[in-house]
Order: sequence, then C-alpha cells, then structure tokens
Amino acid sequence: MRKILEIPLDEARPDQDAILETQGIPSGKELTEDVKALLERAIDLFLEFSKPKVAISDISIPGFEALYKGEGLNEQDTPLDEIITKADDLALFAVTIGERVSEEIDRLFKANEFALGSMLDSVASAGTDKAADTAESRYFDLLSEKGRITSSKGVLRFSPGYCGWHMSGQEKLFEFLRPEDIGISLLESYLMKPLKSISGVLVAGDKDIFVFDDSYPFCSECRSRSCHKRIRTLLKESRSDKKKGVM
Amino acid sequence: MDILKEISVRLQQGDDERVCELTRQAVEKKVPPRAILDEGLIGGMNIIGERYKAHEIFLPQVLLAAKAMYAGTDVLRPLFVKEGMPAIGKVVIGSVQGDLHDIGKNLVGIMLKGAGFEVIDLGNDVPPERFVETAEKEDAAVIGISALLTTTMPVMKRTVDLLEEKGLRTKIRTIIGGAPISEEFAKQIGADAYGYDSTNAVESVKRLIMANESD
Ligand code: B1M
Repeated sequence: MRKILEIPLDEARPDQDAILETQGIPSGKELTEDVKALLERAIDLFLEFSKPKVAISDISIPGFEALYKGEGLNEQDTPLDEIITKADDLALFAVTIGERVSEEIDRLFKANEFALGSMLDSVASAGTDKAADTAESRYFDLLSEKGRITSSKGVLRFSPGYCGWHMSGQEKLFEFLRPEDIGISLLESYLMKPLKSISGVLVAGDKDIFVFDDSYPFCSECRSRSCHKRIRTLLKESRSDKKKGVM
Repeated sequence: MDILKEISVRLQQGDDERVCELTRQAVEKKVPPRAILDEGLIGGMNIIGERYKAHEIFLPQVLLAAKAMYAGTDVLRPLFVKEGMPAIGKVVIGSVQGDLHDIGKNLVGIMLKGAGFEVIDLGNDVPPERFVETAEKEDAAVIGISALLTTTMPVMKRTVDLLEEKGLRTKIRTIIGGAPISEEFAKQIGADAYGYDSTNAVESVKRLIMANESD
C-alpha cells in the first residue's frame, strides 16, 4: 500500500502550549494582549498558507531492517532495533505543510515583522508535528480498515536524527518512499525542502513495545526528548501498563 | 520625561510608531544622533536583553522591541551617511552551507544589531569561502555560523580551517551555534565561541571583540 493524503487544516492546527514552548513561554503563563494578538494572527497565516500532505508506504519488517541499516552510521544499540522485531506492521512516511509558510516567514522577517515571523515559525513547526500525529492516526485507520489493528494497540513514529537513527538514513528512506510526489526533496546535507517537513517510520503494535528506558548514551545529547510526551499520550488509555522507562 | 528616556521606554513597550516619532523629535531638538542611538535606542534594547535573560519577558516582546529599535535607527541612518552608522563591531553571520534554516541565525542577528553591532547577514547555505572573503573585505571582527543539523557541522570546521590557512585566525574570531551544536563541538573544531541562544551569542561576541582589542 502506498497512499498520498491531504490532511485537513483543522487537524494540523497546533495546540497553544506546543506553539508557545518554541517561543520559550512556559505552559500556563498568562499572555499579554500583544502576545495574544500575535498568536492569533500567526495561526490565521498558518491556516492561510499551509497545505499539509502525507505520503505513507507499507514496508515489511525485513525490508525495514535492511533500510534501517542505512549507510551504517546508526548508533550501536538503538530502541528501534528491539521495537521493530516486536512490531505488527510498519510504514514509511513523510509529511510537509509546504513551502508557502516558510516563504511568508521569510517575508515577515525582511519587513522587520520579527515577532510575527518568529511566532509563525513556531506555529508552523508545531503544525508540522501535529500533521505527523495525524499521519499516525491515518495509518491506524488504514490498518483498522484491513482488520490488522485493534484499539488496544497503537502507532508511534520514529525519525532519522532521533533515537540513534543517523540522519543519513534519510537517503534510503527517500529512495523507498519517494516523497517528491508531495513536494519534498532531499538535499545533500540530508535536509528536507520544504523545511517544515518530517520523515520516518510508523510502527504499529502492542503499546507495551514502545516503552523504553531513555538511558542510551545519545539520549543525553537529545535536545528534544519528545519521546516522553508521545509515549505517555499513546499509553494514556492503559496507564496500568506503566513500566520503568520514559514514562 | 527626558526624550531619550521616553524613547527607551517606548522601545521597551514595542511601540515602533512612537519610537519613530520621538526619534524625529529628538533630531529636530538637536539632540546629538549618537546620544539618541546609544542612550535611547541601544539603551532600551539593553534593558530588554537583561529582562529577557531574567525571564521577566519572552521572545515576542524582545522582537517587538527590536522592530521599534529598527524604526528609530531608520530615522537616524541618513544623519550618519558620511561616517556610517556607529557600531561597536562588525559581525558577518550566516547559516552554514547545506542549511536552509534561517530563524535561529536571524534572531542572533537581530539581537546583535540591538546591542549596537553592525551585522552583515549572508543568508543561508553559505560556503566557507564566502564567509571568509566577506569578513576580510568588510574588515569584520567576527564570523558567526549557524546550523540546524549535525550533518552540516563539518563545513563549520572548514571555515575555521580556512581562516587558519589565510593567517586570519587571530584577527577574525568565530562563533558557532544552532540546535545540534555544543560547547564541546565548538572547542573541537577550534571555534572561538559557542552561542547557546541569541542573548548568550551577544555576550560571547562582545567578549571576542574585547579580547581582540586587548591583543
Ligand atoms: C553565530 O552564533 C550563533 C549563536 C547562537 C545560535 C546560532 C548562531 N544559531 C542559532 N543559535 C541559537 O540561538 C537561536 C535563538 O535562541 C537558537 O536557534 P535555533 O534555530 O536552534 O532555534 C529556533 C529559533 C527554534 N528552534 C527550532 O526551530 C528547532 C527546535 C527543534 C525542537 C526542532 C523543530 C522545531 C523542528 N524539527 Co527538528 N527540531 C530540532 C530542535 C530540537 C531543539 N530543541 O533544539 C532538531 C533540530 N531537529 C532534528 C531533526 C533530526 C529533525 N527535525 C526535523 C523537523 C522539524 C520540524 C519541522 C518539526 C520543526 C521545524 C524545523 C525548522 N527548523 O524549521 C527534520 C528535519 C527537517 C528538514 N527540513 O530536514 C528532522 C531531520 C526529523 C525528520 N527525520 O523528519 C534534530 C537534529 C539532530 C541532528 N542530528 O542534526 C534536533 C536537534 C532534535 C533532536 N533530535 O534533538 C539557538 O540554537
């Protein structure tokens, strides 16, 4: 199965906390009127200029194991090494909200509208993440239609550049997935164009398989640690399964 | 209120229109342009920088103030045509070759200008040769390089190496920053400083310039 889907804008609209986090504003902080106005304007611009799309393509577990080796530069021991072996289904994915938002951010900075430009950048980053969350649910729905997944299971994504998966993994991922069809190209530096894009693998399986101890040597260098929140969200409905790890 | 103080206060409130108006009034009242710049505009931005560092205000307020500062300096610029806008130092900045991510570098540039530096922004995807040639031609004291992904980090080293080859390592200092960069990496490639964020970058550039002046 290979699918290209448009994501409705309301499903890519990010939550306020996710936006403000990139602006360095702590969750729950009372916003001043000028910041509230900026936020509203930036969300409007995001809705005007984004065109979220996702490409999803099934891949077998042996197929992914070969692809995951990439250029041989991954960390020696990674969470995915073990998670893949316990997974039911896998699919590669790439999402983008398109180039127009980045062009608008650029224009705003050039017009000295730094605060709005920066706020739009945060909305766009959080919106791309939200679009990737939607890719997870779409994959769940696709598997569900085929009777391959039940509500007690879950889908979680992993990306090159995270959790010991080297950035050079983008090369093989792109060869297989061909996200050029949704307008994403890969530069020599492994950067994707448009900038507001995310690539990776969607892993479907028992929720338990995703719980890992975040004490790998590379975890200390990770600036994002988004695994905590994502795994917690996935396990929300089965908190009794709580184990030692990123919970 | 003293007009310079009022410029500073309005700037801190991010009121760009009022800052523009007050700067014009100050010029008409024959307040020396240098004083308007240093005490009114840069003075206001310095307070903003301090309050940001103390987490009393956040990025949006800093950027609204920066816009107000630019509105004021636009009024002053024609008055400095002959000698050029006074600056505490010249910095060439850009995102490393292979990188299209601008925002981090833009924020650093805005804060540097706010602190009174002249900033030459080369944009993104900048090869080492262009950084070095520009810095040499413009007689800049510092080159600042930003990166989003680890994969472009080796090109940062090439810029430092190129300065070394040309015998410019002690004349032109380097600062690097961006999400995947660390202090350790900066040391490893021989960069003179690492900037964790935009305010920290300004402090580091000031230190680099002071060190160069005392050499
Ligand atoms: C000259 O002197 C100086 C001094 C200071 C300097 C400086 C220069 N330049 C910057 N600074 C400093 O001052 C600035 C202001 O404070 C700061 O600039 P920044 O540019 O860092 O800050 C921006 C203003 C705001 N910050 C950011 O925009 C980056 C924040 C984090 C969370 C992040 C975000 C938001 C995003 N990302 Co992603 N992302 C991460 C980041 C992790 C983190 N917490 O830093 C990072 C950069 N991402 C990463 C990855 C892997 C990726 N991301 C991707 C995607 C995304 C989003 C689209 C979701 C989003 C937007 C990206 C964008 N740049 O537009 C992908 C790449 C996108 C692409 N186009 O190729 C993808 C490759 C994942 C994938 N496979 O899809 C990691 C890179 C790791 C690596 N090995 O290089 C990463 C460090 C997260 C991690 N694993 O810890 C400072 O760094």
